[in-house]
Order: sequence, then C-alpha cells, then structure tokens
Amino acid sequence: MEEIISCEDMAFSYSHENEEKDKKIPVFEGLNLTVQKGDFVAVLGHNGSGKSTLAKHFNAILLPQGGTCTVVGADTRDEDKLLLIRSHVGMVFQNPDNQIVATVVEEDVAFALENLGVPPDEIRERVDDALELVGMSDLKLRAPHQLSGGQKQRVAIAGIIAMRPQCIVLDEPTAMLDPRGRREVMETITALNKYFGVTVVLITHFMDEAAACKRVVVMSGGDIILDDAPKRVFSNVEKLKSVGLSVPQATELIFELKKAGYDLPLDVITARDCIEKLIGILEEQGVS
Amino acid sequence: MLKDITIGQYLPGASVAHRMDPRVKLVLTIAYVALLFTARNAWALGISAAMLFFLYPLSRVPGRMILKSLKPVVPIILFTAILNMMFHDGLVLFQLWIIKITDKGVIMAVFMVVRIICLIAGTSLLTYTTSPISLTNGMEQLFAPLNKIGVPVHEISMMMTIALRFIPTLIEETDKIMSAQKARGADLESGGLIQRIHALTPILIPLFVSAFTRAIELALAMECRCYNGGKGRTHLHRLRLSMPDLYGAVFAILFAACVICANIVFPGLL
Ligand SMILES: Nc1ncnc2c1ncn2[C@@H]1O[C@H](COP(=O)(O)OP(=O)(O)OP(=O)(O)O)[C@@H](O)[C@H]1O
Ligand SMILES: [Mg+2]
Repeated sequence: MEEIISCEDMAFSYSHENEEKDKKIPVFEGLNLTVQKGDFVAVLGHNGSGKSTLAKHFNAILLPQGGTCTVVGADTRDEDKLLLIRSHVGMVFQNPDNQIVATVVEEDVAFALENLGVPPDEIRERVDDALELVGMSDLKLRAPHQLSGGQKQRVAIAGIIAMRPQCIVLDEPTAMLDPRGRREVMETITALNKYFGVTVVLITHFMDEAAACKRVVVMSGGDIILDDAPKRVFSNVEKLKSVGLSVPQATELIFELKKAGYDLPLDVITARDCIEKLIGILEEQGVS
Repeated sequence: MLKDITIGQYLPGASVAHRMDPRVKLVLTIAYVALLFTARNAWALGISAAMLFFLYPLSRVPGRMILKSLKPVVPIILFTAILNMMFHDGLVLFQLWIIKITDKGVIMAVFMVVRIICLIAGTSLLTYTTSPISLTNGMEQLFAPLNKIGVPVHEISMMMTIALRFIPTLIEETDKIMSAQKARGADLESGGLIQRIHALTPILIPLFVSAFTRAIELALAMECRCYNGGKGRTHLHRLRLSMPDLYGAVFAILFAACVICANIVFPGLL
C-alpha cells in the first residue's frame, strides 16, 4: 500500500517567549508514524499528550524541528508544496463555530476552492457534491448560526472534502456535540472512508469511536505507546489505564469479569460481541 | 434581550430589484445620493422623493420599512431641521429672544429633512433587496481596480464577511455571559449611567477573550483551507449583468435627466 503520511524521527517543541531557550519542553522526540492510503486511524491520548501538535504536522501548520514529515510525497518543509499538501490533507477542528468563514452554507463549502482558484462552474459542481455527501443539500442556503452543532460540523467536513483531499484529519470533531450530532459526524466520516477511500485520522477522547476505526494509535507524553488494530490495543486494559485512558465499556466489563475468575478473551470491543460472550458464559453454566 | 437585533436588513424576494447585479445597485445608489444633493429646488427634490414611491412597491418592500429605517436617525433629522430654521436670513416669521425663524429657514429645513429621508430610504432599499454576502461580493468586484492604488479591497471584503458571520455568534455568546454573570449576582440593570457602564466590564472582558480565541482558531482553519490572501481567488457566484440591470440603468438615466432638467428649468427654490 501507498504511504500518505510518514513521520520519521520527528521532534518538536513549542517556543515559550518568556522563558529561556534551553528550558523548552519537547512535545515529542524521535516520533515515527506512517499512515497508509485508505486507512482509518484513531489517535488516543490524555490531555496534553501531543495529539493536536502531531495532527498540525500533517498539513504543514507546524514544521518538524528534527526528523522529517513527508505528506503525499512532499516534505512539509518545502514551501512550494504547501498548497499541494494542504489541499490533499484537510483538517477539521473541534469547535465548528470557529471554522466556518462565510455567512451562507454553500459559500463556506466553496471557500477552499475559491482560494485554490478553481473555475466557478467546477466550484458549483464540487460544492453540490460535497453537500450531498454529508447530507446537507437541503440546507445549503442557510446561515451557519441557524444550524445545529452536528450540522455545522458536517458543513465544516463538506468544506474540506470539496477540495477532494486524499486524507482528512479530524481533531476531536465530536467533542462539542450531543449524541445525535456525534452519530451524524461518525457516519459521515465512516462513509467517506468506506466508499470514497479517503484516509481518515481521527483524534478522539471517545473510546467507542476509536473502537470503530481500523487502527488505533495511543500517545502518551509525546510517544506512541500502542499502535495496532482496536481489538489488540484495547486488550491492554492495564497499560491504557496507567496512562490515564479508559477502554470501551464492553472491554471494561469483560476485564472485570475476567478478574473475577471467568475465562474470557479480552479482545471484545463492541456491545454486541460482549453480549455474545456473556450469553456463552450463561449457557455454560446452564442458564438458558 | 439581544435576540431582536437583526443584522443586515435583507428581505429575501424575487423582484426586479432583487435580481439586479449588486454592483449595478451599488452604482445606482451612489448616483441617487449624488443627485439628492444636487437637487436644488422643490421640483427636483419632489421627483427624487416620488421615485421612492415607485421603487418601494416595485421591489415588494413594504413602505413601513422606511419608517423602521428612519427611527434611529430621528434625532439627527430634528437637529438639522432646527439648525436650518434658525440660521438662514430672510423674512422673520417668529422671534423669541435671540431665536429667529425665517421663511427661508423653514424652506431649507423642509428641504433638508426631505433629503435625509430620501437618503436613508434610498440606501436602505439597497440593503433590503441585496443579501449581505452579495453586497460584499459586489463591493469587492466593483472596487477591485482600487487595489492598484493600494486599497486592500479583498481584505476589507473578507473582514466584512467575517464580521457578518460572527455577529450572531458573538451576540449569542454575550447573552450567555450575561446570564452567567447574573447567576453570580452581577447587577446589570439598576444604578446610574456610570454604574451601569461599570457593570459591563465583567461582560466585555470574557467576550473579548473569547473573540480572540475564536479569531486564532478561525485563522488556523482558514490556513488549513488554503487561504493565502486575495491573489488568484475565484468566486462561487460569478456576477453577471442581466436584463433587470438594463432596466435599472435605463430607468436611472431617465430619472437623472428629469432631476437635472428640473434643476435647470426652475431656478427658484419653489
Ligand atoms: N500553542 C502552544 N504553545 C505552547 N505550548 C503548547 C501550545 N499548544 C500546546 N502546547 C503544549 O504542548 C503539549 C501538547 O499539546 P497538544 O495540544 O498537542 O495536546 P493534545 O494531546 O492535543 O491535548 P488535548 O487532548 O487537550 O487536545 C501540551 O503540554 C501543551 O501544553
Ligand atoms: Mg488537542
């Protein structure tokens, strides 16, 4: 498979203006990570573990101070490739209110294309496609402040996919939404990945969202401590807890039962699997 | 309490005026304002005022909207009227101490009031029939040549768009902060003027802090969407001239001719 993002030995620290230079605390040092085309990666980690900082390296908002970050085949430090990188790796942030620029939904979705100098007829076509994809065609003439949180976030996603990027990076896109908004957003990005092959990097604090991804990367103190399929990552219950993270509720239940002496596998991450396993135990014990 | 502030006074519709190109409407509005100030006598001014009686129904904007847009300027109208009445020489109609009201003063006052009313009503018609977004779009494209002499046309229109976008958000936020401060016992509604201004501090400070956070995040989001200034930008809506613009232009020329003729033919004030 083709690599879309590849970080090699990356180092980064924020410069604090009022402190001495040598007192800089690195966010990460020697970080390695690759994301393949078509992948659906969740990034987990406690507050301040460097997830957002890492994400900002993926579209050259931040540049690595050591090592390299190669995105869609270009080094992010190459200024000539800046627009290429940003149009191929879109980014969606937490607060939908602060990333919508225009006063009309469709104008906002067109914003990136206008910046890229796409001809008007093509903008129209791509905007309509993007709105259709996120299921917002009916509301395309609304003002953003008349929309619900989930709808606003879908507009923000449409604004990114109108660029037809190969990859979208979402930094806690559901953190400010209610359960319904969260479901809308998750369904949208899952469909993007599944039907359009868009690579997705999803930073989240919700374990059930991470459980629905193909791959989970766990960060702690600027290091990647786990990187595997969700089932295998979440079976490290104790390790996850030691870095201040939780596991999906299903895994938690199985983990407790296992501690109580039941013989159960820890690779259970969905409620459905959990129910099956529990029914298995009950049947073993003769309860029907 | 802040809910009823409306931004932009756009009344969606499909009249001829609504369908005109915003650039044409802008030019015509500027021309109308210029004509109002060249109208020297009652005839010319009368024609200018009469035109509004024709344009409002044509644009399907209810006449009471004129009153609505006039409301905030009533003090200015009164002030100019009074000043005009007092400071013109002529036949004294009424005198009290040093206040002298002359016939010419009264006429000038009436002229000035009619002029201001027409000015407000005429320019409001532009905002009633043009959505803020197409207005800024129109301004950006109309004034684009000014870029050559160093006017940051694109930046100004971008600022206007963002302001329009964030006003409702910030109003909502102000409401929230006010409730939060009231819940903490802030008294915003009683006391004298000074006290009330003082009471605003705990509202303004969080509002400013949040506005700055928003600005930083918005700038980041714009960068992520490949924004790098106005160079080489295209627009979703390409502005095109159409038949309504032709009608508007022809009508405007006829009207301007009438006003200019009236100015020449009737040399007196009345
Ligand atoms: N603009 C900044 N200037 C200085 N330090 C920063 C800045 N942004 C983040 N940091 C620091 O860098 C570290 C990593 O922050 P980062 O925002 O990447 O964490 P995160 O994993 O995204 O956390 P969260 O879950 O809270 O979003 C933190 O210690 C934080 O204090
Ligand atoms: Mg973060």
